[in-house]
Amino acid sequence: MGHLPFDIAHMLAGSLVLVSFAMLYQNRLYSLLNMLAVHALVLALSVAWQAYIQHAPHLYITAAIALGFKAIVIPIALKRMVFQMGIHREVETVVGTGLTMLAGIAMVAVSLEVMLPVTSGSDPVAREDIALALSVLLIGLLMMVTRRNAVSQIAGFMSLENGIVLAATGAQGMPLVVEISVAFSILIAFIVIGIFLFRIRERFDTVDDRALDRFRGEH
Amino acid sequence: MIALVLAAAAALFLLGLFAALAGTARVGRRTVYGTSLALCAAGAIVAGLSLFRGPGNVVLPIGLPWLGAHFRLDALSACFLGIVYVGGTGASLYALGYGRHEHEQQRVLPFYPAFLGGMSLVIVADDAFSFLFAWEVMSLTSWALVMAHHRGPSNVRAGFIYLLMATMGSLALLLAFGLLAGAASNYGFAAMRGAAHPTAALVLALTLLGAGSKAGLVPLHVWLPLAHPAAPSHVSALMSGVMTKVAIYAFIRIVFDLMGPPDWWWSVPVLSLGGTTAAVGVLYALMERDLKRLLAYSTIENIGVVFAGLGLALAFRANAMLTAEALALTAALFHAFNHMLFKSVLFFGAGTVQVATGELNIERLGGLIHRMPVSSAAVLTACLAASALPPLNGFASEWLLFQSVLVSPDLPQWGLKLLVPTAGTLLALAAAFAAACFVRGFGITYLGRQRSAAGEHATEADRFSLAAMLIFAALCVVIGLLPGLAIDALARAVQGVVGARMPAQLSLPWLSIVPIDNGRSSYNGLMIFVFTLISAMLVAFAVHRLAARGVRRAALWDCGYPGLGQASQYSAASLSQPIRRVFGSYVFRSSEVVTMPPPGEIGPARIRKQSHDLAWESLYVPVTAAVNWVSGLLDHMQFLSIRRYLSFVFAALVGLLLALALWQ
Repeated sequence: MGHLPFDIAHMLAGSLVLVSFAMLYQNRLYSLLNMLAVHALVLALSVAWQAYIQHAPHLYITAAIALGFKAIVIPIALKRMVFQMGIHREVETVVGTGLTMLAGIAMVAVSLEVMLPVTSGSDPVAREDIALALSVLLIGLLMMVTRRNAVSQIAGFMSLENGIVLAATGAQGMPLVVEISVAFSILIAFIVIGIFLFRIRERFDTVDDRALDRFRGEH
Repeated sequence: MIALVLAAAAALFLLGLFAALAGTARVGRRTVYGTSLALCAAGAIVAGLSLFRGPGNVVLPIGLPWLGAHFRLDALSACFLGIVYVGGTGASLYALGYGRHEHEQQRVLPFYPAFLGGMSLVIVADDAFSFLFAWEVMSLTSWALVMAHHRGPSNVRAGFIYLLMATMGSLALLLAFGLLAGAASNYGFAAMRGAAHPTAALVLALTLLGAGSKAGLVPLHVWLPLAHPAAPSHVSALMSGVMTKVAIYAFIRIVFDLMGPPDWWWSVPVLSLGGTTAAVGVLYALMERDLKRLLAYSTIENIGVVFAGLGLALAFRANAMLTAEALALTAALFHAFNHMLFKSVLFFGAGTVQVATGELNIERLGGLIHRMPVSSAAVLTACLAASALPPLNGFASEWLLFQSVLVSPDLPQWGLKLLVPTAGTLLALAAAFAAACFVRGFGITYLGRQRSAAGEHATEADRFSLAAMLIFAALCVVIGLLPGLAIDALARAVQGVVGARMPAQLSLPWLSIVPIDNGRSSYNGLMIFVFTLISAMLVAFAVHRLAARGVRRAALWDCGYPGLGQASQYSAASLSQPIRRVFGSYVFRSSEVVTMPPPGEIGPARIRKQSHDLAWESLYVPVTAAVNWVSGLLDHMQFLSIRRYLSFVFAALVGLLLALALWQ
């Protein structure tokens, strides 16, 4: 194999970062959830490609989980929630979009700066993957920090988890058990958060977390 | 031998468990103290025998899974084990009689044997985990003993400060062991002995902090005069006489045994702290009115003396002056043992005074020698020993220490040449103050007339307490007369640490001791004893012979002020006033303000004296204020929104990543 497998892996991981940026940019909840589905789709592709070049068939299962749960089930479920709550046109960011994008670029720079020297001895595919995965993770966290709406915080959390999966599959020899258990724990976290969302909604008529602050007697 | 020691410790812990279940019954108290007495006596015999045997090792499959619990009994351990068990024997014997007056005495029972067991385990531990575990057992059980009388607000404060200082000390020791274990993370003492220690200076500082706070080095001493007196008297004796020695053992074990060859400047902080502690501790003692607190401050002084000896030994060790090092270390160990003996008697005596009068303020005591003749004789002997008067044991060990101070001109470093005599001067000053302090402590408590109604119904102590006090006082005399015996017994411990020993003393004629060589100095306790005895008898004979025979009774000459009452006696404050004026104005910033009534009025003049505890005010008050300030700042962090908390996580992550990126 020449440079092609590496380039394709690199491109898929890079597109994951790009989709993360797109999520960061989305102002509307509905399109944010669409981008989350795209994010999971790209992740599934990337994992499948890793399975192909590493000759690791169990990674196809991971890819299938990513495709099934993260690209289809979770976004659809979240959209239903958003519709039921009637908030599909809302998104309030705390910081302006431009600033958030700039911070995201800084995150990518930081993760490349940290990861590339640290992993200088290892396999180049894993190196790039891990560096990009860290930037996906940081952007996911950034999104959780900069959004007020609980649904978009879930979306940030999901994209953060996608970054973890990307890093895990990039490293060769990750056992299947670990990946499956990570996937399931994410699913359970999603269910729990979903239930909480409805409970919060029932009580406060909003999913803006400022309502929680007011309830605690702050502000 | 080591198996016997571990068995004794285990038996003591089981006894504590038993006491927790059966302690309320009156028979429980007798059983617990009686069994402790038997176990401690057996332990003391084992410790004495193992002084003359090679080291024994045991590894038990408990503790850290990959390490196990290592225990080792070498001559140094045996020496300190002797201190623990002899002290424990005396305290248990005393406790058989003492304490009947105390309410809720069952609070003491479970922790007392466990405290003894914890201390003995510290001494035989041979890996960092077992050591720290036993150290914590010792700290926590002694804290529980301090809190036995938890209803007094001052005791609660004492317990709190003690707990804080103990935690800080344990943390320092934990870090010291972490540094000693190094990157290889081998926590066994055997591995630490062989390894090189690049961070030795830091380890020394941490050990001084950890062991020094437990021993009571100034300025880490603040908990000691609060906590030691707060416990019941037999426990006070154990804490002052024995637990501080366990701290000294920890210091010797780490600095002399585990850390390898020292630099010469290591001795500088140890010597300076030792000298300062000795002088400042006894100055505090001189100003103190509470009998037990006075004794606790005197403990601080003696700890300073021992640490000064250890600092000297370090200085000689760094310059490979083995004989001198052996002398200084022998003096330190000997003084540690002696202090255990006489300080136990003194605390026992304070306990009997408290039982007899219900009073510990010496300004309200007086004249007790008539009501408690036997115990006052024992206390007087111990006071003489504590004042380092020949022919008692305190003199022998301090004399040895001064002999090693006199070797210091042979040291090559000019810093040490100047420092050691300074420290020696401080020690001499401390010895003189100690004599003044015990003249005051004994004189005001036992001599003169009663200063209040407290001593009206005082009676002599019970027979167990008296037996404990008399046996220990007799030991003080015997060891004072036979210092060679003690020096030779310590020789194997010193040999193990130093690699050299003092010359054998018992073979010398007439029980003399000659620390270095005959042309230099020698001391014969027996001769001084006989001389003192004969001259005292001659004087007594002459007085009786030459003085008028008949007893004449006449009115008291009262300087023209009729009606001299009890209050016109010399008081404790008036005895210490000259020293307070000379030294206190500097050390305690003490001042006196006299307010005279205006002319024509007949109101009394008033004198008000003020003094400051500089260690407390300049070290602890700012630290407390800083902690309060920081926790006040962090208080806001407790009520943030989820998003803020997430932002903190995010900022921490990015900050650490950036640090990593910049670090490379």
